[in-house]
Amino acid sequence: MSHLPFAVAGWLFLVALYAIVTSRNLIQMIVCLAVMQSSTYLLILSVGYRTGGVAPIFVQSEAPPGTPAVDPVGHALVLTDIVVGATVMALLLALAVQVHKRRGTLDPHALRPMHD
Amino acid sequence: MSTRLRLFVLWVGAVGLGLLIAIAIWRLPGFGHYPGPYGDMLNSLAPYERQVTNVVTAINFDYRALDTLGEEFILFAAVSGLVLLLRGKRGESAGEPPNPPDERALVPRSDALRWASLGFIAVINLFGSYMVLHGHLTPGGGFQGGAILGIASILVYVAFDYRSYRKTTPKEWIEVVEAIGAGSYALVGLGAIFAGGAFLQNVLPLGERGHLFSGGTIPLINFAVGLEVAAGFALLFLEFLEETRTPKPEDIES
Repeated sequence: MSHLPFAVAGWLFLVALYAIVTSRNLIQMIVCLAVMQSSTYLLILSVGYRTGGVAPIFVQSEAPPGTPAVDPVGHALVLTDIVVGATVMALLLALAVQVHKRRGTLDPHALRPMHD
Repeated sequence: MSTRLRLFVLWVGAVGLGLLIAIAIWRLPGFGHYPGPYGDMLNSLAPYERQVTNVVTAINFDYRALDTLGEEFILFAAVSGLVLLLRGKRGESAGEPPNPPDERALVPRSDALRWASLGFIAVINLFGSYMVLHGHLTPGGGFQGGAILGIASILVYVAFDYRSYRKTTPKEWIEVVEAIGAGSYALVGLGAIFAGGAFLQNVLPLGERGHLFSGGTIPLINFAVGLEVAAGFALLFLEFLEETRTPKPEDIES
């Protein structure tokens, strides 16, 4: 059982990969990419987790420096990527909006190479 | 590529990748047994070296500040790209309310929605500012607080109407604020060079741990990121909302 969170991260990644490849809708594809991204968050956070560890915030009265804590580096990586990932997702959605405007469809299978 | 071939390629790749993931997981230390040492070193050093209580913020805006600068410019580039893609040939006039999509009528807002959103605007602004300003002390920081502040701008649209939203969220100013946020992060780094340090080195006095003015350049960078993220999110909402507006003939160039 001690490897379950890692296995969930791997499963999320593969499920999202399958969904992206078989997706028939660009919006759904973008959401699947978000699911795939969150699998990496789950992996990084669970690798850095320590049983009984506190959050890496050290206040003298509550948890003085030296209290066993979880890995702060993973937290730093994940928190920046959640916010940056949200804007990148918005950029992808903007691309989907433009595709729908020009081609009238969101189905990636219906998109053909441009002629002119 | 046909669907069948596509699925075949996927299965070959996915089975191989799944096997590799399984082997990698097998060799990881068990959940809850973080092996260290970097996180532990930072946890024990950062509160004394940088006089901050939130070690995550110290990593983001001091120890690995160069990486976060890169992340921040990814955000900046993504927002700029979105504006470039969406604004394109669409008009920019602020007075026109957005057209409702063809089939749906524009539903007037209920009093409950108005009052709830109005209450939330103040609370969210306060909470977001608290998050940004206390990033080096309590959980939070420029990224989280900025995202919260960005939400506050769209609540004006939910509570009132398009016109008041455009008045409280002036596009020209938001673009300037976003650029200032992105630029001042880099300027803090350059300032360290002029003060005789390395790029993004923490050259300011560190103060006393647990106080608002502590941590040297960390709160400054934190604030710059907060501005950048808040303005970036507000601009995202603005551009997507503008998409619902049908451009008038004189708005379309070329």
